Amino acid sequence: MSQGLDGPHPEARNIPEGRRSPEGIRLDPQNGADHERHRTVISALVQHEPGVLSKVSGLVSRRQFNIESLTVGSTTNPETARITLVIEESPPGIRQVETQLEKLLPVISVRELDDDAVRRELVVLKVHGEEPDKVHAITEMYSGTVLDAGPRTITVEITGDEQKIDDAIDAFAQFGIREIARTGQTALARGEMWTTDAEEERYERT
Amino acid sequence: MSDHVSTVHTDEQTTTTTEAQSDEGASPVTNGAEAVVAALKNAGVEHLFGVQGGAIMPVYDALHAKQEQLRHVTMAHEQGAAHAADAYGQLTGEPGVCMATSGPGATNLTTGLADADMDSDPVIALTGQVPTDLVGHDAFQETDTVGVTRPVTKANYFASDAETVGDMVGEAYTLAREGRPGPTLVDLPKDVTNGTTDSVPVSPTTPEYHDIPETAAASAVENAVRALSNARKPLILSGGGVIKGDASEELRAFAIEHRIPVVTTMPGIGSFPEDHELALEWAGMHGTGYANMAISHCDCLLAIGTRFDDRLTGGIETFAPEAEIIHVDIDASEISKNVHADYPLIGDASRVIEQLQAAMDEEPAADQWREQCQTWKEAYPMTYATPEDEPLKPQFVVEAMDELTPEDTIVTTGVGQHQMWAAQYWTYTEPNTWISSHGLGTMGYGLPAAIGAKVAAPDRDVVCFDGDGSLLMTIQELSVAVREGLDITVIVLNNEAVGMVRQWQDAFFDRRRMASEYQWVPDFATLAEAFGAKGFTVREYEAVPDTLEAARAYDGPSVVDAFIDPEENVYPMVASGGNNAEFALSEDQL
Ligand SMILES: Cc1ncc(C[n+]2csc(CCOP(=O)(O)OP(=O)(O)O)c2C)c(N)n1
Repeated sequence: MSQGLDGPHPEARNIPEGRRSPEGIRLDPQNGADHERHRTVISALVQHEPGVLSKVSGLVSRRQFNIESLTVGSTTNPETARITLVIEESPPGIRQVETQLEKLLPVISVRELDDDAVRRELVVLKVHGEEPDKVHAITEMYSGTVLDAGPRTITVEITGDEQKIDDAIDAFAQFGIREIARTGQTALARGEMWTTDAEEERYERT
Repeated sequence: MSDHVSTVHTDEQTTTTTEAQSDEGASPVTNGAEAVVAALKNAGVEHLFGVQGGAIMPVYDALHAKQEQLRHVTMAHEQGAAHAADAYGQLTGEPGVCMATSGPGATNLTTGLADADMDSDPVIALTGQVPTDLVGHDAFQETDTVGVTRPVTKANYFASDAETVGDMVGEAYTLAREGRPGPTLVDLPKDVTNGTTDSVPVSPTTPEYHDIPETAAASAVENAVRALSNARKPLILSGGGVIKGDASEELRAFAIEHRIPVVTTMPGIGSFPEDHELALEWAGMHGTGYANMAISHCDCLLAIGTRFDDRLTGGIETFAPEAEIIHVDIDASEISKNVHADYPLIGDASRVIEQLQAAMDEEPAADQWREQCQTWKEAYPMTYATPEDEPLKPQFVVEAMDELTPEDTIVTTGVGQHQMWAAQYWTYTEPNTWISSHGLGTMGYGLPAAIGAKVAAPDRDVVCFDGDGSLLMTIQELSVAVREGLDITVIVLNNEAVGMVRQWQDAFFDRRRMASEYQWVPDFATLAEAFGAKGFTVREYEAVPDTLEAARAYDGPSVVDAFIDPEENVYPMVASGGNNAEFALSEDQL
């Protein structure tokens, strides 16, 4: 049988007592950093080119980031597109999403949006049509629009922040929801602030 | 634009185009393939490694006229081409070029690209593709190469027209080497390479928003230096990025002037001379006991160019648990990815070390610590038993070859126990002397890497330590070494097993040796002869030095089949996900 090396046994060694968190942060009593996940919105300005969405989504899935929604659309500049990601991560995880995204070649600029950012989501949902009046009333309550109404189904559209959409879906549940299509959130920074750093210089007034 | 390209007045064209182009030596092009070759020539490429095939034929055809300047090494397998380009890229600092045809050629390259990606090695791959109008139709030898390689390349491109393909190759080349190096790929549909164009590629540029930081922010440097100066147990962790960033010299000067002990990562081997008294060699799963003790006990860790791989850190909770971490890296996304950085310094390794050097006027008061590190060196020496009546110990073979060869000898390896012995028992004193597959751990890496290394550095000795299992994965490349007349020495540490697996089975699977012992292995010496190389066999201690010397002296590729103790294991060992300070020195400590 092969032999090992000489030296003190692990138990005979002085082994430090410190620890790190799973994020590799030193745990010390004074700054016992606990990193809870929270939900946040990240906006990425990207080159509008084929494959960019798959590059971004591939990165997100490969790195196992917890992604809630991902939307993409054009901007004022035909050469760029905006990708909006809603993720649920700890602050170090959020920094990682940002820096990893920034590394992708077609990604121009990335920013985590402030809490006051303007965020919107659209849902199209189809309910059973037995109680059309009630459906209309609820739709109005949520400032929605009826897109299609037939004897058996009614399809409505609601726009709003995530909470409002969730509430609306709950409210429509009483009629029996047949199908739902949600877009996921899209967002812009509030007021005069540009959404990402690279926005202003690429702005084309339309 | 391409009306005149069919004219035969090539000489005239040469003059006009050369004048029009700022790039020296730019030659006229008539089609996409020539533009690709012109881009490579612009970039100063001298060697390419590849395998021919249908979809890449136009590019090879364009190479035909340029064989003098761009030497193509025909490999036996595309994986070999990628590994050869990888080693070549590491040694020259410029991207190694590999080429393959579409479909199976491209998929065969993929392992090599993934390997280069994990180790941040500069490589550019050019793959043929079926004509654009057949893409997506499951045409003969079609693979979605861009899709397949996306997760394992730094960037990849699908060429869509002959006009721009040259510039695309130039950009891919530049990207492969700039900042944190890595593999890039350009997929070349046959109609694009055959397509007419006269656009000569210009000097490549990369998008301005991807500017690479050179130096770290001054205030960040100041804070880091304060932390380091105040440390009582400072330690430097020198990673592969120090070698890639050409920062070994700066690192040595800094560590020696401030008398800070140095451990390296495995890819960082050679960045600091292992025979220096401050050297603790490499840390991690099979690193030295003293390196792992130092990592576990330090109070300030200056980590440079490392991604804190789990083979290095063991369990994160117990990694350098009492240390503030200063992390120098050119890639911002490495900061706090695995281990939180208290002081991130983003920038080029050599520039940032210069900044640290300039800002640091107080040496840490660390006499006691240095002494402690010496004590660990004495407590956990790297030794092995050599009873003469037992089969050869692999460590002895590694040490014997080290003694025979010059300091700047390049060692390449496969993956397994032999790789660890080659890393442990060879004394590395120079950067770019240790070329191995770290992040991906690719068996079969050693021989093609030795080929790439010898092409890159024909004047240096190249030794490949290989396992019998690893060598069998790419042994066909021996034909290339013979054909190209490459003077490399392959030493097979033959345990008739995939030894590393056998070691784990013994330790963690109750000795159930499932599929890890070979009932039979070929006679590697005879096999070498069949390939046209020189074969040697060695079984006894006394014969080792002479056999190794004969193999080294042989002018051409040689293979030494060294029959080693099949039961020999690699120690120290930190159990996967374990505590670095609890490394085992024998199986019963696991
Ligand atoms: C391509 C590939 N397949 C499988 C493995 C898993 N593996 C890791 S080490 C090892 C044993 C290698 O055996 P050998 O090359 O003979 O070297 P030894 O450990 O015996 O020195 C194996 C199978 C790997 N690293 N790479």
